[in-house]
Amino acid sequence: MTVVQHRVPSPATDRMIPSIPMGRIATTELRKMLDTRSGFWTMASIALVSLATTGLVILFADRGDLTYSTFAAAIGVPMSLILPIIAILSVTAEWSQRSGLTTFALVPHRGRVITGKLMAALAVAIVGTPVAFAIGALGNLGGAAIAGVSPVWDLTLTHLLTIELANVLGMLVGFMLGVVVRGSAGALVAYFIYQFLLPTLGLILAAKQAWFSDLQPWVDFDFATGALLEGSVTAQQWLQLAITGLIWLVVPLAVGLRLVVRAEVK
Amino acid sequence: MIKLDAVTRTYGDFTAVDEVSFTARPGRVTGFLGPNGAGKSTTMRVIVGLTRATSGSATVSGRRYVDLPNPGREVGVLLDASAQHAGRTGRETLTIAQRFMGLPSARVEEMLELVGLTSDESSRRVRDYSLGMRQRLGLATALIGDPGVLILDEPANGLDPAGIRWMRGLLRDFADRGGTVLLSSHLLHEIEVVADDLVVIGNGRIVAQGAKSELLASAGAVVRTTEPLVLAEALAAQGVTSSYVGEDGLLAQANAEHVGRTAFSAGVAVLELRPADGAGLEEIFLQLTADTQRDAASQTPSAPHLEGALA
Repeated sequence: MTVVQHRVPSPATDRMIPSIPMGRIATTELRKMLDTRSGFWTMASIALVSLATTGLVILFADRGDLTYSTFAAAIGVPMSLILPIIAILSVTAEWSQRSGLTTFALVPHRGRVITGKLMAALAVAIVGTPVAFAIGALGNLGGAAIAGVSPVWDLTLTHLLTIELANVLGMLVGFMLGVVVRGSAGALVAYFIYQFLLPTLGLILAAKQAWFSDLQPWVDFDFATGALLEGSVTAQQWLQLAITGLIWLVVPLAVGLRLVVRAEVK
Repeated sequence: MIKLDAVTRTYGDFTAVDEVSFTARPGRVTGFLGPNGAGKSTTMRVIVGLTRATSGSATVSGRRYVDLPNPGREVGVLLDASAQHAGRTGRETLTIAQRFMGLPSARVEEMLELVGLTSDESSRRVRDYSLGMRQRLGLATALIGDPGVLILDEPANGLDPAGIRWMRGLLRDFADRGGTVLLSSHLLHEIEVVADDLVVIGNGRIVAQGAKSELLASAGAVVRTTEPLVLAEALAAQGVTSSYVGEDGLLAQANAEHVGRTAFSAGVAVLELRPADGAGLEEIFLQLTADTQRDAASQTPSAPHLEGALA
């Protein structure tokens, strides 16, 4: 390393400095999601897993199953599981990697930083899901061509939109867990508990206990979002989604945001 | 200008920062000196709003830090060089700061050149950086917004001797052109070369502050004796204040001859007697550093005396 003698920029005196616009915070936070090694490989893994699952479907699925919904599900499921990890790491890195010491010094209103991260996470989910749909469409065309059948398009636009909403909600769950836990390892563990352990427990409990089986749609967020993946959502299911979402997403997120704004950054 | 007014921060029963007040002025390098755990970093985090003060206030350029519209353009902050995302390259780390501040992208290369990070080094991940390289990157992040105030916590840590000299030159130059520099260190010698003003903190309290020239030229004599208590009383009888330094020493606010004559007439054996010549500051500091255990520091009644002697 060489020591360079160089003129230091002159210290600023009085000058008008505009405040940092929200859009700039959001786009910078989006960049931060993708410019680290972990961010890069998380995104790359989505592409790799999408290609792999498309290949597996073409190789192993029955001819009758070579429909657009099969391909969309094969790509959408791994994507919906991995995308929230980007949201988690985007929040927790500020604490686990301690970069918050710089971030919150540059943007001292932490609510604005967190809002920027939320906007960036939503943008990734909203843009990412149609990309998965597009890859699925290519897989469907390719699979049909290889199998020598005409492609079957069995997903409606409404259904695509409810799947997209499910992915956005999944992204928000990751974001919420990041905000609440504020540590990468802890938040990832919490995510897997939330995403895999709790739904399984709900399933077992509903199978064994009749009273819970009736109650489940009203208290189980994963159960309620399942309706979005099925396609046709009734008014009652929308209500169940709203109630479970309030319990499992909105309330913890509100608590977490309050903690983030007040917590000491070390 | 950085102004602290009775800043206090407590954690449960423990008071990390206790009624700290000082002002860092434009055109001057203010050295913030204290042993590890004295409260320097907590004080600096309070200034930039990362830690809430339990009471008291801190302002930068007359405003609370959180009220600055784009803080990076007015205040360069380096609190911990290791607090960077390990998986990001050095150049990318700097680019993030440049984007937050809304600066032209050319500033990134300018800053890399300024702090002496080569193109190859800046393309590496921060995880592979030495502490010295992280300090240079942190300094680049602090300077990129062309601020008028710098707040740097132990920036010399991990720099080689040439790097330390380079940084001193940079800070001197910054202050000479009207900038305000607040610079912390736990090493007196590291900071006395570059600082114009000194603020010395121990156990969360300010024990001495003022212009370095005044503090170092502080009158008085250091005396070591077999009976410090007797000598202290004899001096006090003549209106000379003194304070304990270590086990058997006193820092007396009188010249060496006066202290010698007092000891002679009091019949006290003197082991050592010399003019303070800034030794007072060093003695305070050595004592603070030696008494890293908080309970040991509170056993001797000397700390409050020293404040009176040197503030």
